[in-house]
Amino acid sequence: MEIFPDWRTPLRKGANASIDWLIINFGDQFEAFANSLLGVLLLIERVLRGAPPWAILLVTALLALAVSRRWRFALGASAGMWLVGALGQWDQAMQTLALVLVSVGVSVLLGLPLGIWCARSPWVRRLVSPVLDLMQTIPSFVYLIPAAMLFGLGKVPAILATVIYAAPPLVRLTELGISQVSREAMEAGRAFGATRWQLLTGVQIPLSLPSIMQGINQTTMMALAMVVIASMIGARGVGETVLLGLQRNDAGEGLVGGLVIVVLAIVLDRIMQAGGARLQRGGT
Amino acid sequence: MALIEIRGLSTVFGPHPQAALEKVRAGMDKPGLLATTGHVLALDRIELDIEGGEIFVIMGLSGSGKSTLVRHINRLIDPTEGTVRIAGEDVTALPIPALIALRRRRLAMVFQRFGLHAHRSVLDNVAYGLEIRGVPRAQRENEARAWIERVGLAGVETQYPAQLSGGMQQRVGLARALCAGTDIILMDEAFSALDPLIRSQLQGELLALQATLGKTVVFITHDLDEALRIGNRIAILKDGALVQVGTPEDILLRPADDYVAAFVRDVNRARALRLHNALAPWPQTHPLPALARAVDVDAPIESVLPRLVGRSTPIALRKDGRIVGCVDVDAVSALLAPQG
Repeated sequence: MEIFPDWRTPLRKGANASIDWLIINFGDQFEAFANSLLGVLLLIERVLRGAPPWAILLVTALLALAVSRRWRFALGASAGMWLVGALGQWDQAMQTLALVLVSVGVSVLLGLPLGIWCARSPWVRRLVSPVLDLMQTIPSFVYLIPAAMLFGLGKVPAILATVIYAAPPLVRLTELGISQVSREAMEAGRAFGATRWQLLTGVQIPLSLPSIMQGINQTTMMALAMVVIASMIGARGVGETVLLGLQRNDAGEGLVGGLVIVVLAIVLDRIMQAGGARLQRGGT
Repeated sequence: MALIEIRGLSTVFGPHPQAALEKVRAGMDKPGLLATTGHVLALDRIELDIEGGEIFVIMGLSGSGKSTLVRHINRLIDPTEGTVRIAGEDVTALPIPALIALRRRRLAMVFQRFGLHAHRSVLDNVAYGLEIRGVPRAQRENEARAWIERVGLAGVETQYPAQLSGGMQQRVGLARALCAGTDIILMDEAFSALDPLIRSQLQGELLALQATLGKTVVFITHDLDEALRIGNRIAILKDGALVQVGTPEDILLRPADDYVAAFVRDVNRARALRLHNALAPWPQTHPLPALARAVDVDAPIESVLPRLVGRSTPIALRKDGRIVGCVDVDAVSALLAPQG
């Protein structure tokens, strides 16, 4: 006796039909969206790749110095970036950096308001929480297939995949930070006549900034972890080096790509952590 | 008309407060309501008049509803039933923008755990009330500096709350409330988290400030000694209902019921009661002493105890520059150790 009904065929066909329907009816809109996102990415990429490497090294050092006020820290961050160039991955690293920056930017744009909304409404939280779980656990290729069909191969579906994978911790940590703002700090705001907006911008967001910064840091690290998959759908960058090593059975090439990703992660992480600590101390 | 009028104020916490309140009206008591419906009757038919310019103390043990009650005055909590009027204006019926305007204009608050904003410097914390009202930076910082100095904190303007001791943080809380320039200040267990020495200091400073500022202060405390020291009038709250409202001496000498009587038993009566409570006519048999040797009738009994103990002659009391009577050991003993 057959105890399993066949749900596979209708689900598969239904999903395929909806994608087709989306492409036929909204193909232009998706393309317009893809182009505007691509425009931002290409702009950042052009700046990063166009600038002479010494300028990028200098900016890295200045940024590190600004957040840490320590010379050795600034020198170390700059040395990390120099190592990337020495490994022959400068151009790829700049492509990857641009992709990560845009992905984190989009994640913040979407994740911050969503996290705030979750903290304010238990209803929204109950709705969003399982979606976040799904976003983090579903294999990227599952949504990369339709994304590539809607946006074309290349950088835009890579950004999309990265955002889907990397945004959840930001949403969660924003929500956590805002719901942990002390009751009295909130009451003080309300008692002195703050509006909802003044409470949000003057009390809730500043007091949950350490948590939000932690979320942005997590998001950045996870975005970097996605670069290999991103390169599989044609986003190029350091991920491509790893991919080449894989395809050509060239372990050394894979190691070079892997090292560069790790170095980028360390430099970004340290600069952001130092920046977060500075914010937390309340200094400006 | 009193400045703050609270009428028929009842508040139930839980998912269906209205329905729960009907059960109370039908005769259910507070523990019964909690047991059968899970609702908490926080306040039950409170009637209060708070006059402009007085320090009005609401006192009760934890869970008596005192912090809930004070949060109805600036409507941080909405009542289930009843009204709060400030200068005749029904706070409970105000639309949100008008409520915000009222809080900015008339109501400041000081919190038990200070409620300071950790990301703002002392200066910015104190200026907060003016900042959200849109007062320009230079002006609000000037004003904040003046208040910081007034509460004895000059020099710490640029520090952050976490760098200060509890007593200093609460001075910041007090300066923030004063800087807002409101005529009413709500103080929710403002000194309860401080150690006794600092608490006593701040009580004294509050009284000194109040003597020149003449604000209306609604002060919440669980400490009867504190209530007696700073309150012009005291309301005693038990299980969400008012037990007694009166002057400190009313509460001490004429407790409304056994609960209040038990409450006041451990009070240092010699400090809380003033000499006029033991006032008797000057005995004909003794010659009238010089005015310089007389004691003010409003001085605490405590102040004459050393002169009184072990002596049979009474001490003369003066009021408005003339001798109005005396106190003797027997009268004072009767006051200090009543009914066994």
